[in-house]
Amino acid sequence: MRYAMAVDTKKCVGCSDCVVACQTENKVPIGYCRDWVVEVIDGTYPQLEAEIRSERCNHCSNAPCVRCCPTGASHIVNGGIVLVTPGKCIGCGACIASCPYDARYPHPEGYVDKCTFCQHRIVKGMIPACAAVCPTRCIYFGDLDDPNSDVSVKLKKRKSKTLIPEAGTRPQLYFLI
Amino acid sequence: MREEIIVSGRMNPMVDPLLNIWHWQIPLYLFLGGLAAGILFFAALYFINGKEKEYPSVVRMAPFITPFLLILGLIALFIDLRHKAFFWQLYVHIRLQSPMSWGAWTLMVITPVSFIWCALHIRDLFPAWDWKFTWLKDLEQFFNRNKKAVAWVMLLYSIVLGIYTGILLSAFNARPLWNTSILGPLFLASGLSAGAASILILSRKKSERKLFAKIDLILIGIELFLIIHMFMGFLASTQVQIDAAKMFLGGPYTMSFWIFVVILGMIFPAILEIMELRRFHIPAILPAILVLFGSLMLRLIVVHAGQASRWLYLFEIHKQ
Repeated sequence: MRYAMAVDTKKCVGCSDCVVACQTENKVPIGYCRDWVVEVIDGTYPQLEAEIRSERCNHCSNAPCVRCCPTGASHIVNGGIVLVTPGKCIGCGACIASCPYDARYPHPEGYVDKCTFCQHRIVKGMIPACAAVCPTRCIYFGDLDDPNSDVSVKLKKRKSKTLIPEAGTRPQLYFLI
Repeated sequence: MREEIIVSGRMNPMVDPLLNIWHWQIPLYLFLGGLAAGILFFAALYFINGKEKEYPSVVRMAPFITPFLLILGLIALFIDLRHKAFFWQLYVHIRLQSPMSWGAWTLMVITPVSFIWCALHIRDLFPAWDWKFTWLKDLEQFFNRNKKAVAWVMLLYSIVLGIYTGILLSAFNARPLWNTSILGPLFLASGLSAGAASILILSRKKSERKLFAKIDLILIGIELFLIIHMFMGFLASTQVQIDAAKMFLGGPYTMSFWIFVVILGMIFPAILEIMELRRFHIPAILPAILVLFGSLMLRLIVVHAGQASRWLYLFEIHKQ
């Protein structure tokens, strides 16, 4: 099993509903966020191109945060999801510094927090909160090992990219372009 | 022109707009750890070579400050932790891929060893010292019999401690400025140089001071070579590392790095030490303090600048 997410950059309107849904679902403290929207403008006026991406932890297959964690608090569970165990985390900040996507933050309670792909929902057969609320249905989630899952079907049909694959992290958050 | 804006208003404290997770505590610890490693390295080296009588302040005197340095460093590390009640988790796991785990265990070895080394020479400071309990006396005798083994452990672990302070940073490929293997040897050389400088301050013997002024000169030369080598490597590397180098070559860290670290912390004390060796009257404490200052500034600037170097969301617009 290999969970992954694909975000359709052609359909995303940048409404930030995914951000609010995540904050509500996961009780993210005020002033923090586990996912966010990035708008990219490329080119010189008047030939401009825009891309909107809903970003979060890439749940990398070669996760530097898991590698550098001195206590094993950052770990990978079934399906390739990268999680943090608060009771093992000492809050040293090594994983935050090691993430090229800056997807982690220090929770006010001291431990390090990040996107969990809503693992508590997945085990019940639901999809992550951000994907569930998206008004344009541009976030696809599923198992890459299952050829019929939403994410596998989309990635087969469409051109896609990942963010800075040259960082060697083998990210599992895809962007349909 | 390419412009990236985080429109959801992401403003995670200590992560945005630029990573600022490590403040003064980590660089201070890296400095104290490197300094302690330097002093213990020379003490062990000259003891193993049988030069204890020739260089008494190196082998017997200077190591007395290392337990204090290491404990101060550990306190700084502890202050840096945000989930402090769980710090013991460091010592119930051995994670070979994590430099921080290596460091925690190295400190677990070298701190007690530095205490043992001081205990073996405590009568140099307090001639009438009495351990009071027989088991403490037995313990002292045991370590005295095996002093050579203690020295070898100290030598090995001081090198590990000195190198690891650099590897801790170079293991992060997310921060292009840190992601160079030169940082390990550079921090080791800088730690040894700081150790030599503190021996210069503590020593009362002319032959000893002369030797360590020479050692310090060689180490400064190595550091300068490594710094040039590091920037050459960056400039010949990928765009993110070219950008990292540019932070020091015209960018925001140019003045502080070249003035405080290279000129005041390396070149100026090297000139003073050369003049001293040529029999000019220069207070030995002056170059030594400059070297210590430069060593601390190197870590402060590298830790700070490294967090500003990144792959994504570049604040400077790149012309393509």
